[in-house]
Amino acid sequence: MLNLALRRLAMAVPTLLCISLVIFLLLEAAPGDPLGEMPLTVPPEVKERMRAALGVGEPWPLRYLLFLKQFFWVEPLHWLDRLLGTDFGAGQQRLISYQSRAPVFDVIAERLPQTLAVVGLSYLLGVLVALPVAILSARHPQGWFDRIAGSLAMLGYSLPTFLTGLVLIWVLAIWLKWLPSVYDTTLRVTDWASLLRQLRQMAMPVAVLTLYNAAQISRYLRAAMLDNLRQDHVRTARAKGLGEGAVLCRHVLRNSLSSMVTVIALGLPTVFGGAIITEQLFKVNGLGQLLILAINAHDLPMVMALTFVFALLIVLCTLLADLLYGMLDPRIRHG
Amino acid sequence: MAERASLWQRLRPQRGAMIGLWVLALLVVFVLLGPWLWRIAPTHIDIRARNQGLSWAHPLGTDQLGRDMMARLMAGGRISLAVAMAVMPITLGLGGLVGLLAGYFRRLDGVLMRLTELFLALPLLPLLLLMVTLFREPLARHLGPPGGSFVLIVLAIGLTSWMAVARILRGEVLALKERGFIEAARAIGTRPGAMLWRHVLPNVASPVVVAATLGMATAITTESALSFLGLGFPPDYPTLGRLLHDAMDQMQQYPLRALLPGLMIAVTVLAVNAVGEGLREALDPRSGSR
Amino acid sequence: MRIKVLLMGAACGAAMTGMARAERGVDGQVNVIMWQAPSTMNPYLSTGSKDIIAASAVLEPLAVFVPDGALAPRLAAEIPSVANGGIATDLRSVTWKLRPGLIWSDGSPVTAADVAFTAAYCMDPAGGCAQLAKFDGIDKVEALDPLTLRISFATPRPDPFSAFVGAQTPVLQQAQFRGCTGAAAPGCTQQNFQPIGTGPFRVTGFRTNDAVLLEANPAYRDPDKPAFATLVLKGGGDAAAAARAVLETGEYDYAWNTQLAPDVIAGMEAKGLGRVEAAFGSLVELIHVNLSDPSPDLPEAERSTLKHPHPILSDPAVRRALSLAIDRSLLTDIGYGPAGQPTCNLVPAPAAWASDNTACLTQDIAGARALLDGAGWVPGSDGIREKDGHRLHLLFQTSVNAVRQDFQALIKQWWQEIGVETELKSVDPSVFFGGDAGSPDTFQKFHADLEMFANNFEGSNPEPYLARQGCDKVPGPDNQWQGENISRYCNPEYDRLLAEMSQTVDPAERGAMGRRLNDMLTRDSDAIIPLVYRGTSSAYANTLGGVVLNAWDSELWNVADWHRTR
Repeated sequence: MLNLALRRLAMAVPTLLCISLVIFLLLEAAPGDPLGEMPLTVPPEVKERMRAALGVGEPWPLRYLLFLKQFFWVEPLHWLDRLLGTDFGAGQQRLISYQSRAPVFDVIAERLPQTLAVVGLSYLLGVLVALPVAILSARHPQGWFDRIAGSLAMLGYSLPTFLTGLVLIWVLAIWLKWLPSVYDTTLRVTDWASLLRQLRQMAMPVAVLTLYNAAQISRYLRAAMLDNLRQDHVRTARAKGLGEGAVLCRHVLRNSLSSMVTVIALGLPTVFGGAIITEQLFKVNGLGQLLILAINAHDLPMVMALTFVFALLIVLCTLLADLLYGMLDPRIRHG
Repeated sequence: MAERASLWQRLRPQRGAMIGLWVLALLVVFVLLGPWLWRIAPTHIDIRARNQGLSWAHPLGTDQLGRDMMARLMAGGRISLAVAMAVMPITLGLGGLVGLLAGYFRRLDGVLMRLTELFLALPLLPLLLLMVTLFREPLARHLGPPGGSFVLIVLAIGLTSWMAVARILRGEVLALKERGFIEAARAIGTRPGAMLWRHVLPNVASPVVVAATLGMATAITTESALSFLGLGFPPDYPTLGRLLHDAMDQMQQYPLRALLPGLMIAVTVLAVNAVGEGLREALDPRSGSR
Repeated sequence: MRIKVLLMGAACGAAMTGMARAERGVDGQVNVIMWQAPSTMNPYLSTGSKDIIAASAVLEPLAVFVPDGALAPRLAAEIPSVANGGIATDLRSVTWKLRPGLIWSDGSPVTAADVAFTAAYCMDPAGGCAQLAKFDGIDKVEALDPLTLRISFATPRPDPFSAFVGAQTPVLQQAQFRGCTGAAAPGCTQQNFQPIGTGPFRVTGFRTNDAVLLEANPAYRDPDKPAFATLVLKGGGDAAAAARAVLETGEYDYAWNTQLAPDVIAGMEAKGLGRVEAAFGSLVELIHVNLSDPSPDLPEAERSTLKHPHPILSDPAVRRALSLAIDRSLLTDIGYGPAGQPTCNLVPAPAAWASDNTACLTQDIAGARALLDGAGWVPGSDGIREKDGHRLHLLFQTSVNAVRQDFQALIKQWWQEIGVETELKSVDPSVFFGGDAGSPDTFQKFHADLEMFANNFEGSNPEPYLARQGCDKVPGPDNQWQGENISRYCNPEYDRLLAEMSQTVDPAERGAMGRRLNDMLTRDSDAIIPLVYRGTSSAYANTLGGVVLNAWDSELWNVADWHRTR
């Protein structure tokens, strides 16, 4: 088990390096200027000086190595320092955003809670809705429940989130005025009233994402369970005369667990990516909105760090899925 | 020919797929033949007729510059479908090639699957956003703004969506290699190229058709999402996502203007997905599996 | 209780009449939504209005511009002039006297050394200071005593008010920023996000590009102000959402930069919660006509240079006809609504400098046609005019922006009506305005026949702005395409008048010369075709009192006077 984990981890490192280089070169090849949107009242000599201060002029291999150092060495040191109160990373230049001149990861840390609250909660709810739906659907494939659930799921993943979101905003926030139209990131949950306010402002984005997630996950889970239903040992169990419910619980569910976990773990990072649109739509100032802002401002360090964090998330989730699969699947465990 | 007839026969009983097919046909007629009957140019400005509701002169109203909404919806729908149709061969070609080679040649399997995994590990939507914003300019310079955007969006979506096809195909090919007739063909000395073309491809076609259809739906959604974020086609170019984006400010005054393109996106994607799911059910003997 | 209500009523009544007599912090919280959120609180590191506006609630300059463009002292005791001895008679130095008794929000005294430090901070060559242009021509800045500061210039300056005047160049606290000069400037995140200031508020929390939390500065010099205990600047979303949050849902009190179509705003205002007003500074949306030949057949270094005059647009009749065919009122209505006015001027304000040039305001398609007919441009078989083998085909470029693309489409249609064929092009703003000498698509290279963008000047002195249209400021290969005379307008008479103005001190005379220069560029030559005088519109709730819009300085310039009305 440990061996497998180490092997997978060793493989993840070159993958990550490759990805970081791909993203870096992509950004490098792109035209555009971080100071492009500056007012015309700023004279060119001043712009030139500011550009030099940003370090834009250096050759790219140098900047790539600097990025790697800042990402994999300076940042971890900094957070370690913050945790332990040491000063290993003191005096080392951290990755700085062009827009705000603030360390990129401080900004990311500031925004993570919003994204986690909205995206995480909706993913959790999506799984909670999808699980029973998938089980009930798989119990009688092509039965009335499966047909209805299947149609609803198709509706759920066919409707783009920006469309469902727009309709919700229009009805609930503008027309009925039941929910706030701006997401307040400064809200601190301290009592019941503020908790209620937090829930109210989260309601719409979470609802939209939950619908989409539940549709996607239930579809995959149903397929995974159906695959299991056709396995020989299930046929044997049926032949032994076990009731359909007992077969489902004892044989199918237990054996589907590994594929379910995989589906859920693999789906997680894509949801983060998908949240970009939802955050933009509901004005949640999270990571997705930060990325769009950074892209528009040609804030390369921020774009680079954010995309790479997304990639890291995907690689880690894949790793997690592999390991969980290994642990849960009896065939692999004993083999 | 027999193969195709049986596909049709198998698809017939799938009610959802049939409805989807009809809706899709109607949409295609609307966007392709519509402009022949409805001869107002989507970019023609009639400033005296701006912000109009439904009327005989403008059956679906006009926008803030007095451009005809019906003509714009036709143009927008045409672009959305064109993007989907253009993405499909890229996805199929890339994914098909990688999947076939990886499945058939054991030596290539490791490298190609690593590559697939690498692409799967890329954060696709952020990268898509990046590619589209950053490279719009150089391409627009060489191909003109709409042409450049079209090529860019199609390439970007295509390059980030071939992995599913590759994986499915590899699995199918691996399973196929175990079957008797391939062994037999190999035994009589059929060369790899001929083998792939004559024996392997026809037998793995159905899952690929399904994946391609579902991929089209994704392409349409992605294109609209990009335009909706204001990062797709240039502002003066009507696409469905762009129309929706432009109408958002005035959603309260003129809800129809946002509703129509939105509805059209939803209906198109739904219809394509319905056809894809129907195909899957029809083609898969063990119906319901992934 | 009753007494308190009565007192507050009285306080509000007094505030309405302009004599703000309230009590600090009694009005609770004021919520401001800036959909483009502040990314830093240090204006020396950013040129974005959003950052400068946010910082102005905390940091203050020596003097500010008031809504009519005049100066008013802030940290200074009075505005220096030749009469009061503040401006040296040789015009080479200006002496500022600080208001006595000023303290920073941390309780320490404000001295002239802080101001001198701030100047050194910005003028440090390694710092990349965004406001460096404001310090241009300054020889040295020295603190003569704790309350006296002298700024010396390299050459005589008739108008010495640029550094420390207006929200772009406020005074920083030396004690806080001492370690942040030069290359260390960007690294001082704590300082840049939470600067110690003298303004009515101080920062309690800063989330970059998201929200700024502020509270009343306990050390603020007026003990009764500000009326609000806390101020929240919230960012995110778009202009429509911001306006809606103020005008329809009432979640916010003030929204900055709510540029929306007139009917959208009217619909929102109909809810009765607040209204939208626009402040007009010097921003003008205009078309630059390329007087040089941008033809791709020329060698790269000679495209759009003075070497080759434009084969079509050198004809003044064509330029005039293009201008006449445009309906500026309609453009304004569609693109900017209440935040725009049709204009024929490059310099629309201040009043003393604004020419009464209004001839272009009425669209005259017939007149434009007649003009082209008269100049020998005759329609060909497809309706497009021709002369001497030149077809009236023009390439019209601008940056990617929804309003500009609407404008392009409309103008193209009007020009079509007078027999001019237009090809449209839109360039990504980061490239268009990027100033990259290697890119062919910058507004300065101008590889097109016409281009549209907006331009303005800072402060209320248009002289440097007009000076940019001089013949020596034509962009070309010898200055890495960095000049600002985009039209390549070259007129010895213009340059002569410009030189004369730089020697003139009398404001009335300077204004008259400015009007003359403006007319040469626009009315007389049509080298620049102004379209819309643009303002910044803001929405504010009816319950928010004391708001006075100000286009010449930060919109929060008088946030100390803001209060709640009942």
